[in-house]
Formats: sequence, C-alpha cells, structure tokens
Amino acid sequence: MSGVRVLVGTRKGAFVLTADGGRTTWQVDGPHFAGWEIYHVKGSPVDPDRVYASQSSGWFGQVIQRSDDGGATWQQVGGNFTYDGVPGEHQWYDGSLRPWEFTRVWHLEPSRSELDTVLAGVEDAALFRSTDGGGSWQEFSGLREHRTGPSWQPGAGGMCLHTIVAHPTDDQRMFVAISAAGAFRTDDGGNTWLPINKGLRSGEIPAGDAEVGHCVHRIAMHPARPDTLFMQKHWDVLRSDDAGDSWHEVSGNLPSDFGFTIDVHAHEPDTIYVVPIKSDSEHFPPDGRLRVYRSRTGGDHWEALTEGLPQANCYVNVLRDAMAVDSLDPCGVYFGTTGGQVYASADSGDSWAPIVRDLPAVLSVEVQTLP
Amino acid sequence: MSADQITVHGAAGVHTVRVVLPAHLRVLAGVSGEVPVTVEGVVSTRSVLNALEADHPQLAGTIRDRRTQQRRAFVRFFACERDLSHDEPDSALPAAVARGTEPFLVIGAMAGG
Repeated sequence: MSGVRVLVGTRKGAFVLTADGGRTTWQVDGPHFAGWEIYHVKGSPVDPDRVYASQSSGWFGQVIQRSDDGGATWQQVGGNFTYDGVPGEHQWYDGSLRPWEFTRVWHLEPSRSELDTVLAGVEDAALFRSTDGGGSWQEFSGLREHRTGPSWQPGAGGMCLHTIVAHPTDDQRMFVAISAAGAFRTDDGGNTWLPINKGLRSGEIPAGDAEVGHCVHRIAMHPARPDTLFMQKHWDVLRSDDAGDSWHEVSGNLPSDFGFTIDVHAHEPDTIYVVPIKSDSEHFPPDGRLRVYRSRTGGDHWEALTEGLPQANCYVNVLRDAMAVDSLDPCGVYFGTTGGQVYASADSGDSWAPIVRDLPAVLSVEVQTLP
Repeated sequence: MSADQITVHGAAGVHTVRVVLPAHLRVLAGVSGEVPVTVEGVVSTRSVLNALEADHPQLAGTIRDRRTQQRRAFVRFFACERDLSHDEPDSALPAAVARGTEPFLVIGAMAGG
C-alpha cells in the first residue's frame, strides 16, 4: 500500500510525519535540528529518499541539510550563499537604499529530473542553484541584477524569494515570486527574467499598473496545465492563463481575499485551495473560524471547508509555504498553522483532522507520495 | 582577575586553546564539552577561529561571516572575564588562553522564545 510523508518546517525544528495510504494513523518523528528555524523541507521528485532542509538562525546563520533516507538521518552539506560580484542596493522600508545582504534560504526546490540539482530562493531576494546535492551554490544573478532590482522593497517578513515553480516539461521556463517585488518568469533557464505582474493591483504602491512592487505571497500551478497560474497576493487571489503575461482577479465570494498560501488539487487543475486571513492588522482567520476555501471552477466561486477544523476561538495563521497536496486518489490536502497544528484531509478537503496539534509555529509543509 | 590573565601572550610556538561553544554549535560540530584547537604562533581570535573551522568545517559561517570574516551580530567572544568581541581579530588573546588555563568562550546572545 502506498503512503505519504509530510515534511514540516517549524520555528524550532523539523518534523517528519508518515502514514500509509489511508492517511488516518500517523507517526511523528522529530524534532530534527531542534531549536533552529526550519523554513523549508522538501523531497526530490527523482528519489523521495533525497530530502533537503533549510536550517537557519539569526545567531548562527544558514545551514543546508540533506537526507538520503527520507529524513531519518541528515548530513550538513553547505550553506555558503555568496552573491555574484558586488551586490547592489535595493529599497529599504523607508525608501532609503540598502545593500543586498544574504539572510536565509526561504524555499528549496529540488529538480524534477536531476537528483543532485536543487534551487534555493533566498533573502535578500535572489535565486541560487546547486548541482552537487546542496554542497555548493551558484547564483542566477540575472534576476537580482534585473533593471528593476534597485526599486525592490521588502515585505514585512523581509525581501525574500519564497516561491519557485518549475515548468513540468520546459526546463528553460520557471516562475519565481518575491515579496515585495512581484512575480518573474525566465524562458532561458534562468539567465534573464521578465516581470509578470500585469493585472495586479496593489493599494500599497501608488501606480496602478506598476511593473514591480507587488507583494505576491504564493504562486501555484498544476503540471497538466502549465500556462495557468494561481496567485495569492497580499490582497487578491488571481489567475493567469498565459503563463503570467496577464492576471485577473478570482477572489469572488471569499470572506477575505488576503492570505498567504494557495495550492492546486493533484488531479483537478481547476480545483484550488486558499486559507483566507483577516488583514492587515490581525493576520488570523475571519471570525476566529479556521476555514479552507475550495474553488472547483478555478476561482471566483468558493466553498468553505470546515468539517474537522476549529470554528470558534481560532487565531492562527497559515503561512505561504505551509500547504501541500499529495497525489493519491482521493487527493490529500495538508496545511500547518502558526499555532503548531498540522491538519490533513484525505478526501480533497471535505473533512479534516489534525495529524499533530502542538508543534512549534509551522513555517512550511510539503508532502511526498510514496510508492 | 589575576594580572596573569590580563597579560596578552606573545609567545611563538604551538598552543592548545580550549574553546567553549554554545549548544547549537556543539551539535553542528558533533562535539561535547570543550573543543581543543591547536594554534601555531600568535593566539588571536582569528587564529583560534581559523583552527576551529579547519577542524570542524561545519562551523564555517556560523560564528563569522564567510566572506567578510566579521563576527556575526549575535555572537560574542569572552575570555578571562573580559568581553573581547570588539578587539581586533589579530590581537593576541590573554596569556592564560594561550596556555590553556582559561577557555575562549563563543557566546550566543541571550534571547527568549
């Protein structure tokens, strides 16, 4: 019987949650790297036993860990992220200029085809690649050196490259998102980048059609329909059907169009999930009710999914990298909260149950479907 | 503090320095307790950390920036009841550290949460 492995990054370590295909009985393993911030843990599509983890702390910097046995044991493999050349300057919160400075790795994206190739999105915003299993890292400097770079500005969490979406078949095409610069696409394997923010409207910036400056929180794609992208922006849920060349809002009847995470059903490219959050001052679910919203129409029309989720006195957040789907049938959906709960649905979101309730604040959730 | 502890060493030769690491770095390095490092020539913050990172490459970048070699902001260096964090990295450490009678302490800033 197949199974799943859920990889959870938290403020105080990593956890590995495993179950068989029924997804009802779980084993919890961890904490790994206890006491460190684990922004992201993700497995390789080539070999599910290969897992990468971003381990960091404000005290002691960045470490990359690698496992070759599905997260049971780990090896420290690298952590040297050096920008190409002399990094320039970007805008600080107050509009002054500030030099690019590496802080941490937010997101790791293992290659779909090469076991030892993995991408890293970092703060201050840049994209790096390793081709030796995380040991050494080289920057795709064409992104950071984009002509708009000096006008990029951090969001509240820092100026981070937090989303990397690889095209399923075209290894020259890739999408990234940066808070608060926006979304970018490369069509030449990462050498040059195009801002893809047409149609985004952001009240925080004066120009309605600004090329950059948008606080994109997350982008998701179904591999069967790679020209269709879904975006959760600081405010607004949006959709593009032309690989990001243009976007239109699909927030529809959501109780709040603010949120961090968005994901797509594994078998239904028009079924998407978001977790509405009340903003800007609160950043918890509207009315203290934790509700996942599902659209089966690719947006605009949304239904609240509440069975098994707390519908009173719930004031947690669900961060941008903290939702994932497995590829079993029915599709499993998972998300983690800043209150330390990891919820799972084995029926595409119709009902939910906590896998674990009392972890440190969850920063990221990924899932691997195991043979 | 004795005068002996304050006196900086200037002796050439080989020295065994006792380094005390914070808990997170002991885990990364796979060590427990004090870490002895061998330093040839002047015992300074730089030479001690160079020796430490040579013996334990997992610690590169965790105490000082990989590129600039600047001390990370939330890390301090203490020895002989003195805060040596702002001393020049090539300044000689106290003689008691060079002799191994006092440890060189790498301290992570205290923080809750």
